[in-house]
Amino acid sequence: MRHVISILMENEAGALSRVAGLFSARGYNIESLTVAPTDDATLSRLTLVTRGSEEIVEQIVKQLNKLIDVVKVMDLAQYAHLEREMMFVKVGVEKNAACEAVKRLSDIFRGNIIDVSDKTYTIELTGDRSKLDAFVNALRDFRIIEVVRSGSMGIARGEASLHV
Amino acid sequence: MELTGAEIFVECLKEEGVDTIFGYPGGAVLFLYDELYKQHDKINHILVRHEQGAVHAAEGYAKATNRPGVALVTSGPGATNAVTGIADAYMDSVPMVVFTGQVPRHLIGNDAFQEVDIVGITRPCVKHNFLVTDVKDLATTIKKAFYIASTGRPGPVLVDIPKDITTARCEFHYPKEITMRSYNPTVKGNKRQVRRAIDLMLEAQKPVLYTGGGVVLSGAAHELTELTRELGFPITNTLMGLGGFPSMDKQFIGMLGMHGTYEANNAMHHADLVIAIGARFDDRVTGNIEKFCPYAKIIHVDIDPASISKNVKVDVPIVGDVKNVIVDMLEEFRSRNERPDAEALVAWWKQIDEWRKADCLKYNQDVNAAIKAQYVVEKFWEVTNGDAYVCSDVGQHQMWAAQYYRFSQPNRWINSGGLGTMGFGLPAAMGVQMAFPEETVGCITGDGSIQMCIQELATCLQYHLPIKILSLNNGYLGMVRQWQEFFYQKRYAMSYMEALPDFVKLAEAYGHVGMRIEKVSDVEGALKEALAMKDRLVFMDFITERENNVFPMVPAGAGQNEMILV
Repeated sequence: MRHVISILMENEAGALSRVAGLFSARGYNIESLTVAPTDDATLSRLTLVTRGSEEIVEQIVKQLNKLIDVVKVMDLAQYAHLEREMMFVKVGVEKNAACEAVKRLSDIFRGNIIDVSDKTYTIELTGDRSKLDAFVNALRDFRIIEVVRSGSMGIARGEASLHV
Repeated sequence: MELTGAEIFVECLKEEGVDTIFGYPGGAVLFLYDELYKQHDKINHILVRHEQGAVHAAEGYAKATNRPGVALVTSGPGATNAVTGIADAYMDSVPMVVFTGQVPRHLIGNDAFQEVDIVGITRPCVKHNFLVTDVKDLATTIKKAFYIASTGRPGPVLVDIPKDITTARCEFHYPKEITMRSYNPTVKGNKRQVRRAIDLMLEAQKPVLYTGGGVVLSGAAHELTELTRELGFPITNTLMGLGGFPSMDKQFIGMLGMHGTYEANNAMHHADLVIAIGARFDDRVTGNIEKFCPYAKIIHVDIDPASISKNVKVDVPIVGDVKNVIVDMLEEFRSRNERPDAEALVAWWKQIDEWRKADCLKYNQDVNAAIKAQYVVEKFWEVTNGDAYVCSDVGQHQMWAAQYYRFSQPNRWINSGGLGTMGFGLPAAMGVQMAFPEETVGCITGDGSIQMCIQELATCLQYHLPIKILSLNNGYLGMVRQWQEFFYQKRYAMSYMEALPDFVKLAEAYGHVGMRIEKVSDVEGALKEALAMKDRLVFMDFITERENNVFPMVPAGAGQNEMILV
């Protein structure tokens, strides 16, 4: 099963590689990983998406907690939660017809065109993973030059939270 | 007053009560060594002959004393040579702090002379590591290093110190206490879980205690003995747990696992309750996990939550320091009116005594035949009254030492269990002998293992370490050969030791006493003679039966009760 795991850790050099190294050393897979400092600059928040049986995910959470730099871990699969991912897509629009069609698709998916050149449109889109997949799929008939995805971030709904 | 980084380093060691460190100098640590030179009356530095030796010696020191061992090595090759010992300490949860020199900060990442990213290299095999980037952080970092190494599940912590930090200055203040928001090991077991555990113990018909290195590390041997006696249950120890319970006690059914006793492995297999304390269900213990303890409920006490339900699903997990939990168990048990089912226990012991009749550790020593390794170990146990510190290397001799030296106290059996590091024995023995200069320290080794850190014989001379080396020489890498005999149709690929040195002359060349023992009738006399030389290292090269095997044996992939007996 797919699990979104949120991790609060000390914002220190090497902390990220401890997490990444743990996954490779123990043979766990990382589907996506995103990290940035929080409102408290001494802490980083990392969202990691992985797949595994309940036993494996339980072990992953325990091993993460064991890392000295990790302050707290939350398996969002245990909670009602929100998940979002951001994407940039650069599409070739050499033909006039393409301009119109790409603009229309972007609107349908509630994307924003954030950069334009005479040959390209760059679209920004936020949503859950399946929405992003669907958008890339919808653009299949056009010339996709680049796709940049942030990886998922997640947060629990309501009162549940991950904080120090 | 402002101190240099090097001065701060030594002050911190003193604050931590460190009296002995093991190390080897080099460019990046010259200022640290200069300061150690000035304060040599405060801290005893042991100069090893290879950095691997320094780290194993620190491990030996730590395993015998339960206090953190300390090693100091230079950058680059000094640091990489230490990696094996660090990984070894990680696998066996040995409290240890390793200081490595690093190139000056402005050269880091520059491929400078003797530069290596040791923090990166050791990340998967340390409990934690630090690169010090500001002299102001040095004291706090060292405090954290000792705190992390010695609390919770102990382990090695590495502190990498760039050379320019050792000359930079700042005010010195050593924190008395340290708290870390990200590190708070659970040391008290959950009371409700302890009650549940006692409930199961009172219901059990065929219980067995299975205890490991955690008992030794936690200093809980006394409490474990009390609990075991009050319960009246059989007890087995893992390789790392030997000495945690007196092995001459009638409730002790021997070591379990791949080379465990027939009674211990059968008791585990047929048990309806397994009480695992400070043990981690290692693959060498469980054998085929699918066939492991098919009838048992399992209670697991461990300080590391990640050890629980990692390999085997547990019914009652208890996270906490082993000693605290055993004390709570005793208290809970004594508060109950019920007692374990006496009738069931009588029947269970009867069954165990049946298994004992297999006498699985029996061997025949014909006086006129070649010396059996088992005989040497058993004689060593006799002549030392079971009281020596016994270090070992890795292989057949290690298993024989574990089987035939009956430990009655914790911290006396010093071996490389998890990583299985050949070359561990001699340097570890140095660490033990440094910690206990007056005690008998034996190093049971083989002709393969001893050559992996043989250079430390020079260290032993320099510091007058009267270690007694028992080389069980069979001219083979015995354990490899045994596997090849059983599972590779006797194709002995590279498991022989042609061109062995003359160990007697070698010992003498290093300034020690060498003995070669070839006859059964000479074994006891040689041991006694060696032990009488209180102030000399004696290298006893026992020429033993060449193709001798360790039994019982659970072959890889088999269940615990599927043992080869002879």
